[in-house]
Amino acid sequence: MANKSAATEHGGFPWKHLIGFVLSIVLTLFALWIALGTDLSVTWILIIIFGFAFLQAALQLLMFMHVTENSRKGGFSGRIQIGNVLFGAFVAIVIVIGSVWVMSAGHAKHDKHDAPKTENQDGSHESEEHGSH
Amino acid sequence: MAHAETHDPNTPLEYRSETGRLNILGFWIFLGAEIALFATLFATYMVLTHRIADGPALGALFEVKSLLIQTFLLLTSSFTCGLAIHEMRRHNVKGLMTWMIVTLGLGLGFLYFEIQEFLHFIHEGANIGTSAAWSGFFVLVGTHGAHVTFGIFWVIMILIQVARRGLTPATSAKVFISSLYWHFLDVVWIFIFTAVYLMGMVMQHG
Repeated sequence: MANKSAATEHGGFPWKHLIGFVLSIVLTLFALWIALGTDLSVTWILIIIFGFAFLQAALQLLMFMHVTENSRKGGFSGRIQIGNVLFGAFVAIVIVIGSVWVMSAGHAKHDKHDAPKTENQDGSHESEEHGSH
Repeated sequence: MAHAETHDPNTPLEYRSETGRLNILGFWIFLGAEIALFATLFATYMVLTHRIADGPALGALFEVKSLLIQTFLLLTSSFTCGLAIHEMRRHNVKGLMTWMIVTLGLGLGFLYFEIQEFLHFIHEGANIGTSAAWSGFFVLVGTHGAHVTFGIFWVIMILIQVARRGLTPATSAKVFISSLYWHFLDVVWIFIFTAVYLMGMVMQHG
């Protein structure tokens, strides 16, 4: 697949673009319905709509941007492009999930330092916390 | 122009010169950096999304109608931009120009509705200084809007160049690169649609 040359996709009806467009519309509307029209739990809604987002991004890259396309027959620019985009996606996921995790997971401990009185009053809770460590 | 061209005649014009090939590859590397740039803005937004201070909650002001109009305008413009490249590869300058102008029109429409929406939010008491959450929102979505604005001017200049010089390996590489930029803006919008608008509304209702 990655070795496909640009020269093979000439003329004719732009089926690839049309399929990409229709699927993008379907994914957009389906994500909207999942988010606002169903009674799924928030966790499941987030998993599904982010899954759709990554799927639609892949559609754009493959159907519209020709990310796998080599600039020369037998070349490897397609592979560099794919590797670069995947690394970009990895960096993005680490930055976003990492930031959210650091900023929310840290709060539980900071809150305790900020409010030592409530911790002392709630003795059972404290021992429970220590037990888990 | 066609001197010493030993390429397969089917090779698209934008890939025929070494400069064209390298510029296109270089632009893909740039897009990787753009992914990282937007990732930092998404991270900031998602960390601050509940810090609304005394201002309105984000999800409370989002409207499905305005969101769908913007989404479909940008999505369709990405599609017509793809059609423009398809026409360029058939050496159809008129087709390229027509679809690119449609793309620009849809891009302008997107900007119009985005600005309308921003004005609506400001009217409802949510501006960039209202709360950390709204700062994150306006910086993230505003950076995307600024990219679209820049893209419109950039594409106009390239189209003027194509009209003057015709389709050459140099001009077609420029058109192709600007098309990659335009599609990328739709990719970023997909994540704004999901992480900002849908998530904001889900948190509000759910």
